[in-house]
Amino acid sequence: MVSIRDLHQQLINKDRSAIEIAQEALQRTKELEPKLRSFLRLTEEHALAQAKQVDAKISAGEDIGLLAGIPIGIKDNMCTQGIPTTCGSKILENFIPPFESTVTGRLAESGAVMVGKTNLDEFAMGSSTENSAYQVTANPWDLDRVPGGSSGGSAAAVAGGQCVVSLGSDTGGSIRQPAGLCGVVGLKPTYGLVSRYGLVAYASSLDQIGPFSRSVEDTAILLGAIAGYDPQDSTSLKVDVPDYTQYLKPDLKGVKVGVITETFGEGLDDEVKGVVETAIAQLKELGAEIQEISCPRFRYGLPTYYIIAPSEASANLARYDGVKYGFRKPDSNNLINMYTQTRAEGFGAEVKRRIMIGTYALSAGYYDAYYLKAQKVRTLIKQDFEAAFESVDVLVCPTSPTTAFKAGEKTDDPLSMYLSDLMTIPVNLAGLPGLSLPCGFDQKGLPIGLQIIGNVLREDQVLHTAYAYEQATQWHEKQPSL
Amino acid sequence: MIDKEQVHRVAHLARLELQPEEETQFEGQLNSILEYFEQLSELNTEDVAPTTRAIDVSNITRIDQLKSSPNREEILDCAPEREGDFFRVPKIMGEG
Repeated sequence: MVSIRDLHQQLINKDRSAIEIAQEALQRTKELEPKLRSFLRLTEEHALAQAKQVDAKISAGEDIGLLAGIPIGIKDNMCTQGIPTTCGSKILENFIPPFESTVTGRLAESGAVMVGKTNLDEFAMGSSTENSAYQVTANPWDLDRVPGGSSGGSAAAVAGGQCVVSLGSDTGGSIRQPAGLCGVVGLKPTYGLVSRYGLVAYASSLDQIGPFSRSVEDTAILLGAIAGYDPQDSTSLKVDVPDYTQYLKPDLKGVKVGVITETFGEGLDDEVKGVVETAIAQLKELGAEIQEISCPRFRYGLPTYYIIAPSEASANLARYDGVKYGFRKPDSNNLINMYTQTRAEGFGAEVKRRIMIGTYALSAGYYDAYYLKAQKVRTLIKQDFEAAFESVDVLVCPTSPTTAFKAGEKTDDPLSMYLSDLMTIPVNLAGLPGLSLPCGFDQKGLPIGLQIIGNVLREDQVLHTAYAYEQATQWHEKQPSL
Repeated sequence: MIDKEQVHRVAHLARLELQPEEETQFEGQLNSILEYFEQLSELNTEDVAPTTRAIDVSNITRIDQLKSSPNREEILDCAPEREGDFFRVPKIMGEG
């Protein structure tokens, strides 16, 4: 698979034009869509116009940045001005944002070529992309299986070679889990490193945007382009953004790696366990000092998350009332009925379920028992991580307890679906950066992800560890046959 | 435990009209999810401060300045029902 740097070199050598690269990406995407269904919408006109501008710059002898002319997919919960943004929901079917999200604005300025908006679980709520109101995305490694979620479209599009890189959002694992299940690199940055302005809100204290790619270097390049302070997002961190590629070194001498003991217990698939253990041994061979680290409250992350995230969601999604934008149920006889019927018809089952959980957890008489309790446990989980990072630089564990499951397998049992985010959720609760990268396959040929977790704003250490492992292995070179 | 009446009440608070079969389904599913939450009671949190944001940023202020919104028409056009410069809604006092 071609990298950002390769394409950049081809462009400045004038071996290929940005238009040609965009047309090829669009062509491949169209060919593969009947199988993968990664995209909700192709933005062909927009892509070709953007590519044309890049070509004009090159002809004029101007410098172009690394991302200029690079085909990218954008999860359809990031607002794109003048281009429909559905969030995978019927309630936003006709929504054309009158403004641009900060990340897509920055990418457009960098010359990146958006080829389309990718599929997702409705409002990013889900772990399989089956909750999309529009279509079910397939896993490129086995078309009967799910790509993971909620950013399943962005993961499948990169794994299937429809675009070079893509953006997803991650509230409880929605970048890392699909990256793991689709065999690509996915990074959830530190909470606040990337602006959420224009990202349709799900759970505001957890949501974070991040990149998907086929290599750690491409992840580092894309992160550098989207990270940084934005006054439009009040949770945005005022930090300098380094050139993340400077940290990509092939050896791990002196790097202290902690293995989270609790993640290797009950519920972990044996093959996943074996492959991840082999990967950890490889880190040791590269010079890392490995030690076991106990995070005793790690497993409480899941119930904590499923109180906090739905509570925040129930408030965030109150805005979908059929008045100012989106779908409205016609012919209601009064305002309250219009609200309740619009929301009944506009939202899918999982979104309703989470609104119900959140409304219940926040309602009079239950607030202390659920919401406040969960916020306190969140503190304990954070403390476990803080203690761990006193003795190690990064933590590692499997990204997911299993490889990709069959479509339809877990749709009737919400709890079993929730369990696939067991290993990723605590990272969001603590606001830390986490990355999933390919570390092997099971007997069925399905990819397995290694999760690398860093301390606050230590994306440098996460990327360094991931890069060293990637350079020493060939997993990232394997591609699905489509 | 949550019963059907509570499901109905919570749905009303959330402004969701549920079909009877949805109420039955949610009653079962919400109960198993609430039961799953019970494990949090294993942890003593009496003296633990709650975390509302993982990474705190405080006192974010900006100058209070009037700015014009350049795309007024596009914003109004997003409405399911627009009347001139207004969002149109059904009557607030209904027959039902």
